[in-house]
Amino acid sequence: MPETSNATQSTRSDRAAISARSLVKTFGAGENAVHALKNVDIDIRENEFFTLLGPSGCGKTTLLRMIAGFELPTSGTILLDGQEITALPPYKRPVNTVFQSYALFPHMTVAENIGFGLKMLGRPADNVQGRVEKMLALVQLEAMANRRTDQLSGGQQQRVALARALAPEPKVLLLDEPLAALDLKLRKNMQLELKSLQAETGITFVFVTHDQEEALTMSDRIAVMRSGEILQIGAPKDIYERPTHRFVADFIGDINILEGEIAGAGGGTAQVRLKDGTTISARLAEGMAQTGPAAVAIRPEAARIAGQGETADLTGTLENVVYFGAASYLHLRLNSGEEFVLRQPGGLDGHDLSRGARLGIAIQPGRARVLE
Amino acid sequence: MAEAIRKGPRARDLKAMPGFKTVAWLCIIALYLPLAVLVIFSFNDNRSVVRWTEFSFRWYEAALSNDGIRNATWVSVKIAFVATVVATAAATMAALATTRTASFRGQGLAYGIINQPLMIPEIVTAIATLSLFALIKTATGVTGIGYLMAAHTAFCIPFAFMPIRARLEDMTLVLEQAGADLYATPWQTFRHITLPLLMPGIVAGAMLAFVVSLDDVIITLMVAGPGETTLPIYILGAIRRGITPEINAVSTILVGVSVLLVVLLFFVQRRMEK
Repeated sequence: MPETSNATQSTRSDRAAISARSLVKTFGAGENAVHALKNVDIDIRENEFFTLLGPSGCGKTTLLRMIAGFELPTSGTILLDGQEITALPPYKRPVNTVFQSYALFPHMTVAENIGFGLKMLGRPADNVQGRVEKMLALVQLEAMANRRTDQLSGGQQQRVALARALAPEPKVLLLDEPLAALDLKLRKNMQLELKSLQAETGITFVFVTHDQEEALTMSDRIAVMRSGEILQIGAPKDIYERPTHRFVADFIGDINILEGEIAGAGGGTAQVRLKDGTTISARLAEGMAQTGPAAVAIRPEAARIAGQGETADLTGTLENVVYFGAASYLHLRLNSGEEFVLRQPGGLDGHDLSRGARLGIAIQPGRARVLE
Repeated sequence: MAEAIRKGPRARDLKAMPGFKTVAWLCIIALYLPLAVLVIFSFNDNRSVVRWTEFSFRWYEAALSNDGIRNATWVSVKIAFVATVVATAAATMAALATTRTASFRGQGLAYGIINQPLMIPEIVTAIATLSLFALIKTATGVTGIGYLMAAHTAFCIPFAFMPIRARLEDMTLVLEQAGADLYATPWQTFRHITLPLLMPGIVAGAMLAFVVSLDDVIITLMVAGPGETTLPIYILGAIRRGITPEINAVSTILVGVSVLLVVLLFFVQRRMEK
């Protein structure tokens, strides 16, 4: 079922695991006040892998800490399963966190770490024992049960932190950049593991990251944040292919953004006159202005060199070719002076690819989009 | 600074400097030669503490069967025990209040006030304590060893406070947050996370407080009532009547106890930090 970004915001609150309404967080006061969150509304559904994505300082961690209960909002409310939890202390929320630094208890064994939450909930010892064994099996650390946590590698510590947070079967699991400290290869493995763990347990995951690739690979839905605001919420495909905001388009993946002015619009399409005088058609999302200045976004893979006799949408001068084997990236300079990068799949035979060559650019129908 | 010297590339340079060994040995001699003399003459089979004759345990036997010494030791231990327990508990709470609460106005001031007793000359504290207790005694008529215990508790607090606070400052808040996140109430978080991690600091603070109390002369001299003779006060009195190897023997036992405490502390801390 294809989802559109506007449908996600409303209508579904009955199935929401976490809802935030008009959340505001301001640190300090007066001139030095820092607005960490400015009026954030969000609905995170049950059983989904939801990612808060944005550069550092965008408010994603503040939002996560607020859901955990470590931070109180300046105003606004947070609901869990429809119950208000805004002012509830962390130990009364059925929500667990995987901390960026793991925060494993150094004076306890791996098994004691994992069983801690259940013990605090007052579960009987044999019950805790059974659950700890299950968790150890889940993260494949059975052999490490009686080790001290400082005897484990970074990846193993990460798994213990995960098992510890999952053991009490929280309604929502919060993950605060948990993979940031791992090396690249381990990180790739853990991404897949996390994703399958989420599917296995059916627990709602709220994942914070600044890594757009990580967000795209793992998430069911992504909220892109900047300066305390949510710019767009949607499935990875929505966010990547149909960014509504210039920042979103630029932050996620490579993209060409060309400035221009809308010359005419209708039926979800706009004719945009670019700075070099050519006019191209671009998709216009619902509710966007039909006139005035506009920016057009085109992904490198949505464009290719125009074939013989084909009409080109744009024309540029070739400046550089970066060969990647399965595809090549061609860097062109448009007449307007703007740079344009396109991804040409397959071999490069049959094209004049000398520096300074004039090339026509063909854009896949519907893949150029007007940004807000 | 010691840390920097040990870790830096200068470590080798310093040791290789001319005279390093000489200075080091001079320091060690200055520190331990008097102690060595004290210990050696405690085993002397003679009344003299300057002329060696023969090895003997007779002064230890004399000291251990001396009622005055035994009573004084008992008084010292009682006072040091009470002062250590109360001072360490108070210092722990003070350390938690200055590091584990949202920062408040006057936090720096509170820190200063707790440590100020270390800066005030002991004789001043002693006279001040004496005056206050005299006032209370006149007003209430209550007397007893409690005054001495209270005085010791008071001057032990800053000594217990320092290692506890240092330990707390090294502990990140995130572990306690993790505890709260895993359903531990504030009390459970303290009991299962903060306290065990703080233990090496508390043990160090308690031992420091114990030794400081055991060792105190000036305040005790002022505050102590009749029959409240601590070991250092007894030794002081005995010396006035002339120094004997019996005093050497008692002092050697005191040295032995404090070395034992330090060694114990070392092992306890090493075990806990694992």
